[in-house]
Amino acid sequence: MIRIENIEKQFGEQRVLKGISTVFEEGKTNLIIGKSGAGKTVMLKILVGLIQPTSGTVWYGNTDFTALSTKQRKAIRTEMGMLFQGSALFDSMTVEENVRFPLDMFTKLTRKEKEIKVNKTLERVELTGSNLKYPSEVSGGMQKRVGIARAIILDPKFLFCDEPNSGLDPTTSMRIDELLHSITVENQMTTVINTHDMNSVMEIGDNINLLHLGELAWVGNCEEVMGSDNALLQDFIFASPFLKRLRDSFHANRNAQPGQSS
Amino acid sequence: MNFFFHLGRYFLFIKNMFARPEKLSMYWRETTRQMIDIGIGSLIIVGLVSVFIGAVTAVQFAYQLGGSSIPKYYIGYIVRDIMIIELAPTFTCLALAGKVGSNIAAEIGGMRQKEQIDALEVMGVDTTAYLVLPKMIAAVVVIPMLVVISASLGMGGGYLACTFGNLVSDAEFMQGLRAFFEPYNIWMMEIKAFVFAFLLTSISCYQGFFVTGGSIELGRASTNAVVISNVLILLADYVLALLLT
Repeated sequence: MIRIENIEKQFGEQRVLKGISTVFEEGKTNLIIGKSGAGKTVMLKILVGLIQPTSGTVWYGNTDFTALSTKQRKAIRTEMGMLFQGSALFDSMTVEENVRFPLDMFTKLTRKEKEIKVNKTLERVELTGSNLKYPSEVSGGMQKRVGIARAIILDPKFLFCDEPNSGLDPTTSMRIDELLHSITVENQMTTVINTHDMNSVMEIGDNINLLHLGELAWVGNCEEVMGSDNALLQDFIFASPFLKRLRDSFHANRNAQPGQSS
Repeated sequence: MNFFFHLGRYFLFIKNMFARPEKLSMYWRETTRQMIDIGIGSLIIVGLVSVFIGAVTAVQFAYQLGGSSIPKYYIGYIVRDIMIIELAPTFTCLALAGKVGSNIAAEIGGMRQKEQIDALEVMGVDTTAYLVLPKMIAAVVVIPMLVVISASLGMGGGYLACTFGNLVSDAEFMQGLRAFFEPYNIWMMEIKAFVFAFLLTSISCYQGFFVTGGSIELGRASTNAVVISNVLILLADYVLALLLT
């Protein structure tokens, strides 16, 4: 579990995060959603320690992560995996070498043991047979899956994903969501996903945190989204006229059949 | 203020480079890769520059001697000493600042922009140490070797220019090469090569590591790496000349 308390972040005069407190639960896909510029990426980078908050605390279990030195953070970081928006794969390495990198760097496994683990993880993300390809030779969706494989190869307790669906078609996007959700449940990880993909919100949002102009505007889960009367959430989720019509028809349908929900 | 900011950050960057490696074998693998990149990858440019510089030095010194009473074998002596003391370390490192320096800045800067450095950091890798130390070790080991090759090829270039241009006989040139040899000059050459290698690599790494923005900034960082390295190499050359002679 990750808990953040009163996180503030200021760049010069601009307050990007304004006293945010929330909890990211274990075994759940925790989403951070919000419009562009809401502070999602800054918040995610604060969680993993790439940016230091101006004030506030990030707790990993009972450890105050923000108070640790870079060296002390290493122990927690070996329990973290992160999928970056652009996948951040090493261009000069093959898919297999990318996925094996954390094993090479942090474990004393034999070559054979590493090979078995890499192949098992590639199989888990449905990339069997792509071992020797370079990142430039695979599609965007496959790059994301390589990124996920690299992030989970050390069986982390915490998984962070920055816009895992960006630049992907809806079908691939859904498969990535399903993959992230199933890995989270299987490994009982604390997964934090930064997204503005509505499909992700409705399908895998076990714990959703809506950020608006640096403030936490709403917290709930995917089942509570439709019934919420939070104007900011409604504006964000049902931004297009099509989705607005869909919501209205959902409510009309529900009102017409009291006691039932679709 | 900006100068002191960069100076302070540069020294902290160098200090952070000497962290305990997470895994020695990974650092060693990266160091050997860099040694091959810097060493083998630069042989042609270093060879070309050195042969022509040696040849031009020989031709121009022969011209200056003209009808003077200075023995002609001095051409070989001058070519040897000027290559060892000055031209081999300085010209090689100026050329390498252009080739290797810009390459390092672009490589590390590209990694920064594609969030690969962030990815390493989140994994728990000490990014300054992992990305910079292998390059630094490779450079300070390989560049002095390249400088030795450069000095030898420069003398070879001088020899070819003299013999093919009928400036002096090859016996006279060889006599000059052997005359008044001072082994200390080799030390001077290697000290210069070591210092220049350190400067050009560390500055290029620094420029790439802290790049922000997009492709324009990356190009600027790469150019800065070359320009600043060249200026500092020339400055260090002067300081070392004062200290070592």
